[in-house]
Amino acid sequence: MIEFTDVSRIFMVGDQEVAALRNVNLRLEAGEYVSIMGPSGSGKSTLLNLIGLLDRPTSGTYRLDGQDVTTLGDAQQAQVRSEKIGFVFQFFHLVPRLTAAMNIELPLILAGIPAAERKERVVRLLENYGLADRADHRPDQLSGGQRQRVAIARATSMHPAVLLADEPTGNLDQATGKEVLNLLEQLMEQGVTLIMVTHDPNIGQRAMRQLHMVDGQIVSDSRRQASS
Amino acid sequence: MNLGDTLLFASGSLRGTRSRTILMMIAMSIGVAAVVILTALGEGARRYVVGQFSSLGTNLVIVLPGRSETAGINPGMLLGKTARDLVLDDAQALLRSPAVRRIAPLTVGAAQASHGSLNREVVVMGTTSTMLEIRHMDLAQGQFLPQIDPRLAMPVCVLGATIKKELFGTQPALGAWLHLGNRRFRVVGVLAAQGESMGMNTDDLVIIPVASAQQLFNSQALFRILVEAKNRDMIEPARRDAEQIIKQQHSGELDVTVITQDAVLATFDRILRALTLAVGGIAAISLAVAGILIMNVMLIAVAQRTQEIGLLKALGAAPAQIRQLFFTEAALLSTVGGMAGLVLGEIGSAIIGKLYPVLPVGAPWWSVLAAFGTALGTGILFSVWPARRAAELDPVAALARR
Repeated sequence: MIEFTDVSRIFMVGDQEVAALRNVNLRLEAGEYVSIMGPSGSGKSTLLNLIGLLDRPTSGTYRLDGQDVTTLGDAQQAQVRSEKIGFVFQFFHLVPRLTAAMNIELPLILAGIPAAERKERVVRLLENYGLADRADHRPDQLSGGQRQRVAIARATSMHPAVLLADEPTGNLDQATGKEVLNLLEQLMEQGVTLIMVTHDPNIGQRAMRQLHMVDGQIVSDSRRQASS
Repeated sequence: MNLGDTLLFASGSLRGTRSRTILMMIAMSIGVAAVVILTALGEGARRYVVGQFSSLGTNLVIVLPGRSETAGINPGMLLGKTARDLVLDDAQALLRSPAVRRIAPLTVGAAQASHGSLNREVVVMGTTSTMLEIRHMDLAQGQFLPQIDPRLAMPVCVLGATIKKELFGTQPALGAWLHLGNRRFRVVGVLAAQGESMGMNTDDLVIIPVASAQQLFNSQALFRILVEAKNRDMIEPARRDAEQIIKQQHSGELDVTVITQDAVLATFDRILRALTLAVGGIAAISLAVAGILIMNVMLIAVAQRTQEIGLLKALGAAPAQIRQLFFTEAALLSTVGGMAGLVLGEIGSAIIGKLYPVLPVGAPWWSVLAAFGTALGTGILFSVWPARRAAELDPVAALARR
């Protein structure tokens, strides 16, 4: 489903080239639960951004569902993002002036889904994530866990095939973090491919497949056999 | 993303930064109001002048003695001849033209007027009964000059409103005798107060038959001949005929100047319209300034909302959608600001209209349209760059840190 062939991403820092990713080859199947671990600066986030089409590789090709998406234009990439990819961020990235319900509705508005259907979907999502009584609260009136739940609801509102999470628990306490992880893992059971960047080995080990990165390369790719 | 959602989203983000939005709208509305008020003033001045001209009479052709040569030398000058005077016969001859409805000869002079112990210097106008209709004068009391042969002198006079008040006070003037110089005239009518009209105040006039004025001033020369053409289309034929007839009368020499009120009016109209445009153009500069202000604030908005823009991109917004959102914001700002400006401008013009009642102040429709159009245009034009900046933002960098 996700296929990286010889993908490199080189940034120019001043007049120096810095390779964030070096000739990465990677193949992820639909429905996998993958964690990407490694020290900071190892290229985890760059890899995630490339998968999410927020960034373009300097060289190499990226196929998503068999389609070469590296050559697509900005507008087409936006469409792919809208239809297939959901993001969950460490800092939630909710729009502060919009209520929880409106934040969840945002991807649906951008995709041009009719208002009646939007409302229906938002109500269902709010219920699923236990936010029904928080629908009209703005982000600054929500706790960290609630904010991340809103963010997850928003990421799943378009029923994406791939969910990308960049340190989703990084800004939460232990208990809330666990709660959020459980939510994400439930989604995976519904057939969503979950890709999570973390530097916390405890969290990373929950994934069925673990990628370790160092200096822009994947140094180990291990699978967990037994389920916990 | 449909239009309704776009509008909702854009107005939502405008409400999110309330004070900035209000400031921008004020800038926009001041620009629009300035254009509206200034053009309203200019248009008021134009209408005022046009109104003054029409109060002189309609479809007028005016014959003046003497010819103003702009090029070459008048052959008469070499022979030591001056221009021939205009006389009553010339005026009567003008009636031969089929384009002419009526004429009024006009002599003007100053004389000492007295009634009882009161006396003052007055302007005496000698003319005929047709003057009343040609100059659109109104009578307050009595009648105008009698319809007699213009060559006949008759000791009657019509008083202007001010003269009546100053010489007669509250006493009845009709039927009384007024001394002009060493002659006596019986007052047959009093004009209604009309005020100044193109430098000639009819309130300060004493009107007597033209032949009487010629005797009073001991001169056959006429000051002007007013000719009224049958209708608007006849003005030009009347002017040509007038020149032709006077030329015949004056043994083949064209020594008069014939002007049409229309031509003068058109010139004034053009000048004042150009002035209105110029003043409106100057005011439009403030609109451009408002546009640049919008650009500035939109650029700041893009910088401040970097994170939000990055997020929208991550959520699947295409660059075109982001551009559209910022465009819509600018368009909303300019529309609301522009409309506020129109209201402000109308109120301003109304106040000026109250302060200077003689000026028929009112913004012409084209200036209202132009002001609003410019506001919308500059608002949208100057948001092109910020909108593009927003659309081209790198989402990774935009989302990197909070």
